[in-house]
Amino acid sequence: MPERFGFSVNGVATEIVASPDTPLLYVLRDDLGLKGSRFGCGSGQCGACFVLLDNHAVPSCDTPLWSIAGKSVVTVEGLAKDGELHPLQRAFLDEQAAQCGYCTSGILISAAALLQSNPAPTEADVRAALDRNLCRCGSHNRVVRAVMRAAVETAS
Amino acid sequence: MNTVAEATLKRPGSLEKNPRLSRWLRVNRDGTISISSGKVEIGQGILTALAQIAAEELGVALERIQMIPADTSRSPDEGVTSGSLSIQDSGTALRQACAQALALLLARAAMRLGASIADLRVVDGTVHAGHRSTSFWECSDEGLLDCDVDMELPLKGPRDYRVVGQPAPRRDLPDKVSGRPRFLQDMVLPGMLYGRVVRPEYGFTKLVSVDGSKAESIPGFVAIVRDGDFLGVLAEREATAVAAQRILRSTAEWEKAEPLPRDIHAWLKEHAIDHRVISEKSDAGAKCRSAKILEVSYTKPYISHASIGPSCALARFEAGKLTVWSHSQGIFNLRADLSKALRMPKDAIVVRHAEGSGCYGHNGADDVALDAALLARAAGGRPVLLQWMRDDEFGWAPCGPAMALTLRAALDAEGNITDWQHELWSNGHSARPGRSDHPALLAAWHIANPFSRPSAINMPLPAGAADRNSIPLYEFPNQRVVNHYVREMPVRTSALRSLGAYANVFAIESFMDELATAAQMDPVAFRLRHLKDPRACAVIEKVARRANWSGWRSEEGRGHGLAFAKYKNLGAYCAVAAEVRIDHEVRVTRLVVAVDVGLVINPDGVINQIEGGAIQSTSWTLKEQVRLGSHGIASLGWEDYPILKFSEVPSVEVELIDRPDFPAVGAGEAAQGPVAAAIANAVAHALGVRVRDLPLTHDRIVAAMGQAT
Repeated sequence: MPERFGFSVNGVATEIVASPDTPLLYVLRDDLGLKGSRFGCGSGQCGACFVLLDNHAVPSCDTPLWSIAGKSVVTVEGLAKDGELHPLQRAFLDEQAAQCGYCTSGILISAAALLQSNPAPTEADVRAALDRNLCRCGSHNRVVRAVMRAAVETAS
Repeated sequence: MNTVAEATLKRPGSLEKNPRLSRWLRVNRDGTISISSGKVEIGQGILTALAQIAAEELGVALERIQMIPADTSRSPDEGVTSGSLSIQDSGTALRQACAQALALLLARAAMRLGASIADLRVVDGTVHAGHRSTSFWECSDEGLLDCDVDMELPLKGPRDYRVVGQPAPRRDLPDKVSGRPRFLQDMVLPGMLYGRVVRPEYGFTKLVSVDGSKAESIPGFVAIVRDGDFLGVLAEREATAVAAQRILRSTAEWEKAEPLPRDIHAWLKEHAIDHRVISEKSDAGAKCRSAKILEVSYTKPYISHASIGPSCALARFEAGKLTVWSHSQGIFNLRADLSKALRMPKDAIVVRHAEGSGCYGHNGADDVALDAALLARAAGGRPVLLQWMRDDEFGWAPCGPAMALTLRAALDAEGNITDWQHELWSNGHSARPGRSDHPALLAAWHIANPFSRPSAINMPLPAGAADRNSIPLYEFPNQRVVNHYVREMPVRTSALRSLGAYANVFAIESFMDELATAAQMDPVAFRLRHLKDPRACAVIEKVARRANWSGWRSEEGRGHGLAFAKYKNLGAYCAVAAEVRIDHEVRVTRLVVAVDVGLVINPDGVINQIEGGAIQSTSWTLKEQVRLGSHGIASLGWEDYPILKFSEVPSVEVELIDRPDFPAVGAGEAAQGPVAAAIANAVAHALGVRVRDLPLTHDRIVAAMGQAT
């Protein structure tokens, strides 16, 4: 049966009435209209739906609504601040680091989580941090360059 | 010599079928120009490249060009966005169309200004004559471009290009990095319902029974839709549709299809029904010199498209008319097959393109459009958004066909190939919609009054399909190439990036290395000795130089390899050098690619396509094979169908050889075959043992080493 859950999404206090086992992904996309997190596999294996949950990158397709009560969710839409793109988003444009772009949101979230915990990653750190995100078009090396560029630009 | 001018004969590319100028472009009052191409964006950046071509020929800033998504009600019919042909088909058509539009605009401007065309000065659409001026935006009206493209006009020469040949940022990326709704999966229409289709995890012949009571009790459930053996569900919310689908699948009962063959490659060799000799050369004198003969067999498994986003469609029935939004590669062909499957006139259907996840061939995009239409027909006028689940995609979308190949060659005492034989066994590589009386759409074979499933076919040479790139570009005095076609399809197959070229080039270029070893020659020198085409030699020499081929230092567990192909024997020249390290598994550490696509429209776009193709081919070559269960595809999730991960991706260096005097050809598929063979050759170089069955997994290597000892 539907229940009421409170949590924060991109800094905004939010309440949702829905069944407790509803995957967070559908709440974000269909109740809150945040379409940036995308369905890929439904079992947390591809990364297309990743969001930051209390600063950790997690698959929203595999995260039930009950488990996020009182927590803070940041989606790809929440990375930009005051109309300014996040350094990662700017770097992705500078490096043209995508082909189809379906996996891009989830990769940005994993990269944002990485830079929060490790502001000066090595290339191997970046690759390891992105191993839970699949990309089928083969944009990997551009993505890695973009994350390294964003780290340098954030530091300077 | 200006081969670009020669290639642009009257009505080039897609103009032949779509001569009306107003179908291609519209000049707007607000200072923009709308370009309609029938080619679609599938993540390859084609709309950016076509915008560059239009801006160049019209002499306006790139920012003024708006690319209109393809739509069967107003776009030119350009068939399918496939085969790396969009630059040839649409690009050449657009150049000619824009050249004529420019001529008409200038004539109109001259009239308005009372000047001769020769006295006009044009800057980004503003036309000056002395101190007076007008603009394209003022000169254009509805009628001006409502004519056929039929003027013989000089096109801009490549040396005058300012926009073409320069890197241009992709137009779709700002939305995609910001997380703004951009994909078909993100669309919302008023009153929209969510649909899911219910199919079992194996091949079936019949839906025996389904109990809907449990699904019906979920809040937000709307309806179960059954049409013969087709089953779907509608709900107010997407999460509800997904939950109902899972319940229905667990309660429904299907009759299983025939068991699948256990050894698919042996089965293919036993079931060929057509044996076509596609190339034959003979020179008895050369044959007499044969001193050493080699014969080997290679195999390639079924490969999945494995797009990150499962296929999706949005459909709406309104007053007897159907509108479908689809990420199909061929919206006109999809409309034709929807019309057959739904038994309604083509005129009553509009298909609009909307972007989906990356597309590498004939995946589930067309199938899901019929699924959505069947559900929308039962939705009382409400639109229906339907996305396949991950296992729908892996289990039901067509696969790239498995192939078996046997090659035989003879060498003379000097190390020249005197005889070459190549035989291949495969299903057809195309079962796309729009090519048969029977719709090539999955649900059409399951509805109450079903259609039979059309078999996959092969397109004719020189482009070919199963036999694509099977005729070597090397010069051999004796040669025989045979395509053994298998009609019966235990697994549904259709077009996947580069079609048969992937396996044929893998086999040819692996075998060239085996022959070079037998002739005790360096693989680069051995290839160059058998090649005459200077552009082919140039990419091989370029890649050998960049990879420092001759400076290679041997090290335990490391190897390098090289391979080459001219895609379709008609398109891009591509040579690849691969470096590998082998411990438990094969790890590709570096790929160097040299490519010649003729005139380069967007250098960064070409590099992006080559890099992407090279990485995807590395993934196919090292890891990928569709697993078959007893009654259907058993690899239904990423755990059973792993692809290359970030930490496993090699560095990729791309060298472009710009040849502005040669026609522009596509880049998207050029690297697939050469990368596979370069990796296989590097593995053989590292181990001294040849692995001839793809993918090159740990188990395969162990097996090959066991056979060698």
